[in-house]
Amino acid sequence: MRNIWSLVKKELRAYFSSPIAYVIIAGFLLLVGYFFYSLVAWFNAAAMQMAQNPYYAQQVNINEMVFSPLFHNMIIILVLVAPLLTMRLLAEEKKGGTDELLFTSPLSVGEIVLGKYIAALIMWTIMLGLTALLSIFAFAYGNPELAPWLTGYLGLFLTGALFIAIGLFFSSLTENQIVAAFLTVVTLLLLLVLNWVTSSGGGGWRTVLSYLSFSDHFGDMARGILDTKDVAYYLTFSAFGLFLTHSVIQSRRWR
Amino acid sequence: MIEVRELTKRYGELVAVKDLTFEVEAGRIWGLLGPNAAGKTTTMRILTGYLPATSGRATVAGYDVFDKPDDVKRSIGYLPEVVPLYLDMTVESYLAFVAEIKQVPKAKRKAAVARVVESAGLKDVGRRLIKNISRGYKQRVGIAQAMIHDPKVLVLDEPTIGLDPAQIREIRELIRGLRGGHTILLSTHILPEVTQVCDGVVIINQGRLMASGSLADLAASFEKTDGVLIRLRRCGAEEAGLFRGLPGVEKAVVEGDEIRIEWSRGRDLREDVARLALDKGLGLKEMRSVASIEDLYMKIVSGGLEQ
Repeated sequence: MRNIWSLVKKELRAYFSSPIAYVIIAGFLLLVGYFFYSLVAWFNAAAMQMAQNPYYAQQVNINEMVFSPLFHNMIIILVLVAPLLTMRLLAEEKKGGTDELLFTSPLSVGEIVLGKYIAALIMWTIMLGLTALLSIFAFAYGNPELAPWLTGYLGLFLTGALFIAIGLFFSSLTENQIVAAFLTVVTLLLLLVLNWVTSSGGGGWRTVLSYLSFSDHFGDMARGILDTKDVAYYLTFSAFGLFLTHSVIQSRRWR
Repeated sequence: MIEVRELTKRYGELVAVKDLTFEVEAGRIWGLLGPNAAGKTTTMRILTGYLPATSGRATVAGYDVFDKPDDVKRSIGYLPEVVPLYLDMTVESYLAFVAEIKQVPKAKRKAAVARVVESAGLKDVGRRLIKNISRGYKQRVGIAQAMIHDPKVLVLDEPTIGLDPAQIREIRELIRGLRGGHTILLSTHILPEVTQVCDGVVIINQGRLMASGSLADLAASFEKTDGVLIRLRRCGAEEAGLFRGLPGVEKAVVEGDEIRIEWSRGRDLREDVARLALDKGLGLKEMRSVASIEDLYMKIVSGGLEQ
């Protein structure tokens, strides 16, 4: 456990002692801030019109009209940002020869993988925490419901956890960071749209592919529906990504 | 302290190390000598637990490398061929990180960093980023990280490669200074490094053991020489002819700015050669045996000698 923490600290220092962390956080906040602003502006205009009609006035809901689409937009940004967080984690160690230091230290492969994973997850948590500050305005000047908001943020956190596990896996496959990042983007985009296959009919393999996509699982949570099935999906596939990373490193050493 | 028994490592079809057996006593500096691609790095990677062997056994500080890898890793300090540095860290924070993952107790970490900074001569660069220091300093940081947990055994892979002559001397001095306190195995493809720094040597080529033993033992086995190279004030055909007339001499030829004199095996004409040079007033400047560790090494490297 102490070993994992040593590695987490080292990775966080690597993020923050280079421009990586600042550039990624600033860019992410800029995009999320813009989306939030335009959604709120649209919501204001729409709510004003809907309030004219007693039937529509019932349906004005800031959670559904601002937060849910905002969360979906954040996932799209994350598809592009997560690979930037993960691409260097293992690829850089291999390229620089520093993996030889790690693997000849009394650390297990599992500790190394977990240390890297947790560090990237902390980065994502920091980024999420900063975007949550935007919501303070919505809570201060409006009356959104807290529970669906929290569920949405849990969904964002879990989706990030899955993306980082996938990114870490691709970082273990190559010593080229660009290859690692690109393969991650391709995989994440595929997982994003895999549920489209059900639009031309359900059943059989279509259902399986659709289950593999995170879109429906995240969609539930972004709407405020907390289902253990969705949480189980994220935990299972994140753990599977870490397991694959562990196996890749082990097998490379034994070849 | 280091024991290797019939160690073999294959990468698919390629045999990198074959049936390698050698031993290094505690407190000694031993050289692992061989040309490039002889299997030096592979051997060291197996000893340090970075790579598993295909077959054979190795023990370090009494622990089996395969059964007790963590105990071995705690007893060994390792400088890989490519120094494993995080360029964005300062020298001190890097050493502190290595102390952490080598499981130096928290209370002792500061002292451990200070100790290796002192002994590796890093005081002037402690707070600088590693990417901004010179190659020679980087190599010292590499040696410092290997010593941070005060290991019994140091494994140094080509510790002087890529350095300028002054830096090479400094690093060799640094390593010599560690004699006694640590058992050191260092690899090199340069013979003078072994003769200047090491107590003994393991010579390998194409993954196979060619010779091993203390330098004194190896030197003794080459005491019986069957030829010398001499340097005189003037080394011409005329001088060579004088030596050809010496009883027992079979050959005396000019070789560059030296004369090579050879005689039949079993005799020793070194004193006769020297006396002739002095008597004739030829201005003897240097005389050395043809059969030296260097010759042995050259034969091994050129593939002219099979054990």
